[in-house]
Amino acid sequence: MSILHTVNKSPFERDSLASCLKFASEGASVLLMEDGVYAALAGSSVESQVKAGLGKLSVYVLGPDLRARGFREDRLIDGIKVVDYAGFVDLAVENDKVQAWL
Amino acid sequence: MSEVVKKFMYLNRKAPYGTIYAWESLEVVLVGAAFDQEVSLMFVDDGVYQLVKGQDTAGIGMKNFSPTYRTLGDYEVKYIYVDADSLAARGLTQDDLVAIAYEDMDTEEEIENIVEVVDAARVTEIMDESDVVFSF
Repeated sequence: MSILHTVNKSPFERDSLASCLKFASEGASVLLMEDGVYAALAGSSVESQVKAGLGKLSVYVLGPDLRARGFREDRLIDGIKVVDYAGFVDLAVENDKVQAWL
Repeated sequence: MSEVVKKFMYLNRKAPYGTIYAWESLEVVLVGAAFDQEVSLMFVDDGVYQLVKGQDTAGIGMKNFSPTYRTLGDYEVKYIYVDADSLAARGLTQDDLVAIAYEDMDTEEEIENIVEVVDAARVTEIMDESDVVFSF
């Protein structure tokens, strides 16, 4: 069963991302959205955690949420892909289920 | 007009848009400007994200309230502090933040940017010196 995991909380405020990365199985997809997009930025104290996740997972970030917070693609950790709302829908359809880490 | 001037500090610890705290804090600061107190804003933890420049909310259908921070100098806010450790942990520098100008209407004193990055010891000091702390 393929799973799309969504994380919408800041990694500095909650452990949603850490738990997601811990339990997501190899090959799963993770979409960072809302305050979760902060985890996608290079140079932060959670970068190594996200990079480790990129070794076994596909990581996406929701573009509109990233831009709302003042950041663009050039600030992302290498390997993270930007999707728009249509891309979010595609991910939801491509996977068997969506699991939200609230 | 009250003659007692108290030191008000607004402590901001949440990122914008994901929750309502940042917006609510800003509203209270603007309303509070009418009371002629000495006001400072402190940004720590995810609160530092509130000051990131270049915010564009067109894609999420929410009001972009970040331009309002640049007008705070006109609302008698003279001190804006950002915790250095919080910035560093998020891979940010002062270059990522908006600049906020201040002009004293009486003395015509102008300050180009009142956003000041401070260390933890200074944050503690400013907190201790404040008469009232509003937490958001």
